[in-house]
Order: sequence, then C-alpha cells, then structure tokens
Amino acid sequence: MARAIYLLPLVLFMVLATYFAVSLRPNHDIHELPSAMIEKPAPAFDLAGLGASKPLALDGLKGHPFVINFFASWCVPCRIEHPLLMRLAEQNHLPLYGIDYKDKPEDGSHLLATFGDPYRQVGVDRDGRVGLNFGVYGVPETYVVDSTGVIRKRFVGPLNAETVDKELLPLLKHLDQS
Amino acid sequence: MITELGHFALILALFVAMIQSTVPMIGAARRHLGWMAVGRSCALIGFGLTALSMLALMHAYVTSDFTVINVIANSHTDKPLLYKITGVWGNHEGSMLLWVFMLSLCAAAVALFSDNLPPALRARVLAVQGMIATGFLLFILLTSNPFLRTFPPAPNGNGLNPVLQDPGLAFHPPFLYLGYVGFSVAFAFAVAALIEGRVDAAWARWVRPWTLASWCALTVGIAMGSWWAYYTLGWGGWWFWDPVENASFMPWLVGTALIHSSIVVEKRDTLKSWTILLAIITFSLSLVGTFLVRSGVLTSVHAFATDPQRGTFILLLLIVAIGGSLALYAIRAPALKGGGLFAPISREGALVLNNVLLSCACATVFLGTLYPLFLDAVGGPKLSVGFPFFNRTFAPMMVPMVIAVGVGPMLAWKRGDLLGALQRLWVAYIATALTVLVAFYVTYGGPVLAVLGLGLSAWLFAAVLTEFAERIRLFRVPLGDSVRRAIHLPRSAYGMTFAHLGLAVSVAGFAASAYAHEAIEILKPGGSIAIAGYQLTLEHVDRIPGPNYTADDATIRVTNGGEFVTMMHPERRFFPLQQQTTGETAIRTNLLADLYVALGDSDTAGDWTVRVYWKPLVPWIWMGAIIMAFGGAVSLSDRRWRVGAAARGSRREAQPVPAAGE
Repeated sequence: MARAIYLLPLVLFMVLATYFAVSLRPNHDIHELPSAMIEKPAPAFDLAGLGASKPLALDGLKGHPFVINFFASWCVPCRIEHPLLMRLAEQNHLPLYGIDYKDKPEDGSHLLATFGDPYRQVGVDRDGRVGLNFGVYGVPETYVVDSTGVIRKRFVGPLNAETVDKELLPLLKHLDQS
Repeated sequence: MITELGHFALILALFVAMIQSTVPMIGAARRHLGWMAVGRSCALIGFGLTALSMLALMHAYVTSDFTVINVIANSHTDKPLLYKITGVWGNHEGSMLLWVFMLSLCAAAVALFSDNLPPALRARVLAVQGMIATGFLLFILLTSNPFLRTFPPAPNGNGLNPVLQDPGLAFHPPFLYLGYVGFSVAFAFAVAALIEGRVDAAWARWVRPWTLASWCALTVGIAMGSWWAYYTLGWGGWWFWDPVENASFMPWLVGTALIHSSIVVEKRDTLKSWTILLAIITFSLSLVGTFLVRSGVLTSVHAFATDPQRGTFILLLLIVAIGGSLALYAIRAPALKGGGLFAPISREGALVLNNVLLSCACATVFLGTLYPLFLDAVGGPKLSVGFPFFNRTFAPMMVPMVIAVGVGPMLAWKRGDLLGALQRLWVAYIATALTVLVAFYVTYGGPVLAVLGLGLSAWLFAAVLTEFAERIRLFRVPLGDSVRRAIHLPRSAYGMTFAHLGLAVSVAGFAASAYAHEAIEILKPGGSIAIAGYQLTLEHVDRIPGPNYTADDATIRVTNGGEFVTMMHPERRFFPLQQQTTGETAIRTNLLADLYVALGDSDTAGDWTVRVYWKPLVPWIWMGAIIMAFGGAVSLSDRRWRVGAAARGSRREAQPVPAAGE
C-alpha cells in the first residue's frame, strides 16, 4: 500500500499524457473547430444595436456576403485581434459586423470608443443566446456568411494575418464573385 | 558558409550529447574513473558547439542572410541591430536553439563547478543532462531546424512582429529559459540520486545553489514578462493568466517549494522522497510548458507558429523524460529512509505547510490552464476558465501562505513554540492593524479585499523584520552586540529576509492594483483630462519617423495643482511592413504610483483617444520580484555553497563514496 503512493505521480502523468495525445490527434486543428453549423443557414437574430449602432438583424444583412465577429470587452484575445480587424475594415473594406457577446453594453461601447470601431454595425447579445445558436465556444469567433445567409466558414480564436490572407479574404472574394 | 558551420556544430553537439548520456552512466555503474570523466569533457565540448551554432545563427541575422529561411521569416534589413540579435530567439526555431544553448551552459557549469562532487554522482548528473540535450537536439534537427536554406535568396525578410520589438521583451526569454533549463540540474541530481539510492544532507547542499540560481533567473524572467505586458499592451494589466504565463508560473511555484523543502533535507535529513519528487516535477512542468506553447494544443496570445508534428515529438520527449523519471521514482523512492522526526508545530512543519500550499496553488493553476484541453478530449466545448477562476481559487490559497511565511521562520526546528512565536510578533499585529485602519480610512468605500491585502503585506513585512530583530537580539543585548551578530549572520539568513520582504512588497502591489483609476477622453490638441489630482493636457501630436516605423508622438503636459510635473510622450507606431500599429505607453512613476498614458486612435477631425490610468503601488509588484531574486542571489553567495566549504561539509556529513572515490 505504502509503495502504491510512490506510483501515483507516474499514474497521474500517464493520464495527463493520454489527454495530450488525444489533443494532438490528426486532423484536429483546435483553431478551426468543425461546427455543426457549417453549410447550414445562419440562425436568425434581431439584436438591439450597441451604442449608436442600428439594430442588427440577420434578414437585413442578406444579399451580400458578410462576416460576423463575436467579441467581448472582457476578452483578452479579442484585444489582440482588434488591430487586425481595424486594418481589415479600413483597408479591405471588410463587411464586418460585430456581436458583443455576454457583455454589458456600456463596457462594449467603452471598448470600441477606446480602441476604435471596425464594425459596420454592432448587436448586443447580452445573455449569449445568439452565440449559443451559432455554437460559439468562446470569444473571439468569426463566421463568414454568404449572401443567402448560409454559414460558410468559422474561425475560432483570434484571427491572424496569415489566416486572413490565405483563407478569409480569398473566400470572401470567391463569394462576392459567385 | 558560417551558417553551415553552425548547422554542423549542432549535429556534432548531438553526437557529443549521445556520448555524454551513455559513457559516464556506464562508467559510474562499473566504477570506471576514465569513463566517468568523459561526462565532463563532453559537457564542455557540447557547450562550445552549441555556442558556436548560436553565434552562427546570430551572424546570419546580423548580416541579414536571406538564404536562411528562418532569417527571411523573422528579420528585415531595416530592423535595428538590437532586434536583429534578439530576433534570433523571437521565433520557434531560434528560441529552441536558445533553450538548448542554456541547457549546455548549465551542463558546462556543473562540469566546471563540481570538484567537490563524488565522481560517480557527477558522472550520472552529467549523463542525465546529456539525455535531455540529446532529446532536444534531435527535436531541433528533425523538426525545427533554424539553419535551413533556400535559393534563390529572398529580396528581403518579413520582419519581426512589432509587438516583440521592445527592449524589455528582448531580454525576457534568456532569463526565463535560464530559469526553466536551470531546473534541469536539480532534475538531473534527483535522477542521479534515485539511481544511487541515496539522498543525504550533502546531496541537498549540492543541489541547492543550482536550484536557487534557476529560481532567481525565473523570478526575474517572469517579472520582466509581466512588466513588458504592463507597459506595451496598453491596457494597464500585468497578469492575464494566459496559458503561456501560467506555463512559466507553475515551475516557479513548485521551484519555490523545492527551495524550501531542500532546506529540510539539508538540516534535518528528512522529507527526502518528497524533495526528489519536487525536483522532478519542477523540471517536468518546464517541459510541459514547452509542450503547451509549441504544440498549439492551447490557444494563447503568445502562440508560436504551431505544428502538430512538433507537438508529437515533444510529447514523446515528455513521456520518456517525465515518465521515465517518475517510474524510477516509483521504484527507488520507497527505499529512501527519512531521518529526523518532528512535531507538527516546528520549522519543518511550517516548511511542509509552505510546500502543501504552493503545490496546491500550482495544481490549481495547472487544472485551470489545462481545463479546455480536458474538456476537449472528452468531446466537450473548448471553454477556457479565464480570469475569475484563477482569482477566486488562487488568491484564497495565498492568504494563509503569506500569513504562515510571517510565523514559520520564528519556529524552532523539531518542536516549535507557536504561542511564543505569536507573542513575539506583537509588532506585526500593530503594524497590520494600523495599516488596515489607515487604508480603510483613506479609501473608504473602496474595495474591502484590497484593504485586507495591504494588511497582509504589512503583517508579512513587520513579521520578517521582527524575525530578523530576534536573530540579532535587537534591544535585548547592547546595540554593539546586535551589530556584531548581524555581521556574522550567514548570508542565507539575509537571503531569506530579503526574499520574504520582497514577497511583502509584491503583495502590497497586487492588493493596491484594485485602487487603480482610469480615464478616457477624446481630445483635440489643447484638451485635457483630470485624474487623481493630475491634469494632463494634450499639447500636440507629431508624426516622426523611426528606424522601421513611423510614429505619432503625443506631447502631454502633466500638472498637479497648476504646478508643472513632467512632459509625457505616448506614441502610436505604424510598421508599414507588417501593416501593424503598436502603442508605446508613457509611464511616469514616483515609485508610489504610476501615471500611465496610452495614445489611442485618431479620427479624421484630428481628435485623439487618450487613456490615462493612475495605478498606486503597481511598481511595487516588480520591485518586490527583484528584491526576491536579490534575496536568492544573496543566499547563493553564502559561503556554505562555495567549493571549499561545501567540500568540508560533505566530508563531515556524508558517507564516503564506495570504491570510485578519489
């Protein structure tokens, strides 16, 4: 029995190593989680606008491809992502719409006032219901939706310059042309 | 050509490491002195070779050799020289090379400063270090080679991430890695001791300076990282419980426990198998941290370019290194007999409490950090626990810890007198009560927890000073005698006093950060913001060119009650190459509080967003960390650890090494 205690660290480590191995399983990229919603119509929403923004509703956005970005004032990776969103909005005129997720509206407005507002419109998803319908795991998350309102792509975690140049912008261009 | 030399040196270092990990080990088992001595030469040659390859890569960066893929990906001709050099470790491949370089530095240091070690132990320690080096050199050469070439050369490089172009960050990785990798020495000593089946006071005495040195480096490294985050990221936070920060914090917590438990092994010849386990875990956590950061299994603000193949390789390394050492532990540790017994209320008891609390704190951070990974493995959503979890679980564990740090050193070995110690701490009660009352009065209506935190800090500060006064019997014997006692106190006692005072200073900084004020205004030149009695006026914003960026430099006049205080210059820097903007905050500190200004966006009408924070006692967080590290360094200079003194000590306290001795 006494000896068994000395085995405990090894056993615990083996359990941990198994978890590590599982998380490394092939074709499993955590930055781009598969979503049950891909290639499905985006769940409808009709949200109050943040601050001076007009209300944000799915029906109002259809007709052109667009990008939805879930963010929150309490989210550190969102702040890392923010300068990139600003650049995309200014230089690429990205049709970017924000959803302030599980956040106090005043905190969300405060964030955008401080760091700049890259969004054309921002909706307030205070209780996270729209996020739940989209299957948001955590913020930030970014969805590309085509002109008919079907989700075409999902990015989990902060966007970076590489994924934007290689995936997001080409996809949008493709959607724009078709 | 020089790049190839570096590449070959690295390959050669791999073969040398392979010899280092086998020959001395066999020599130690067969008691063959010549074979054992190979370890020493290998460690020195290995250091020379990795240093050569480090210099070769640096050369490629400094001369902007754009046939080297790694240089193309991370450098640019316009980059200032400092960042060309430090850019070497600003990327995955280069930082792994730095890691291995630090490892070989440690091995060489062991080889050079171990004359007093029994040859068999030294051979085994160096062999274990050789094994670690073999694993990581293979990792670099097979999956992350910084010396790969491409042809034709690229016209120019992609540059370094602007956020990393900062002097604070430039020197943060070397300290951090020295800390991480330094714990490999303690690990190697632990494994060697398990193989030999013997842990005694002499062993603890040999390990201690290495542990202390790594701990100091890690403390400085973490503090620098946190300070960098504070002044560059521009929103005034200094700790984010980010997975990468946690990866450096966990070895620190367990390493702190190790420093304390090895005192018990040294003085009282007990807690042996626990100390060995701590030594293994400390380095294991450094390795796990490396895995988490490089494999991309956790998303982090710091994430390197990640690659599952690398993750698999590191995981294999982890299984061999950690699994192997823990298996050895399971087999050999039960045979390690504890020595002295002690009552629960005693110095040993206090150190055990310290160990329990630090280990639990580390376990909490560990669970919080890996929670998303556990959830993900069972198919759950990948949620991270975030700030609130850590603040709610970690802080409550640190409160009893800080209280105990005040009392523990007052207790005697074997059986302490808690009541007596508590009575002798009367000064500390008064200091705590006064601080709480004053803080409560001054900040009436503010956060109550912060008041308690300040009280905690005052308690610790006063208790540490009381303990010191007791040691020199201040006011009990004539002052001259006290001074004489103070002069003759061992350095390690001073080290402890400084380290504990540093903790008290940091705790005050943590607590007082709850009092920070924030003000944000959109200003036109001439407009002003008021905060904490200061008036900040935006005079003008100028566009000035930098070496590889253009900056909008704001000139802000700070006055207090109409009196001129200072000019502050926060900047926004635009790096055209990366199309990225970074902020340079301006901080004015009087050591009691920071005035922190960040320049935000401008709109077309020439208005600027200006954010101002007033942060009382925040500089104390890092001052405390530096004092802690200084304490560690003072303790390190204790004559007990010096070569001659330690050799005498070891002869007195340890049994002679059978057969293989000099």
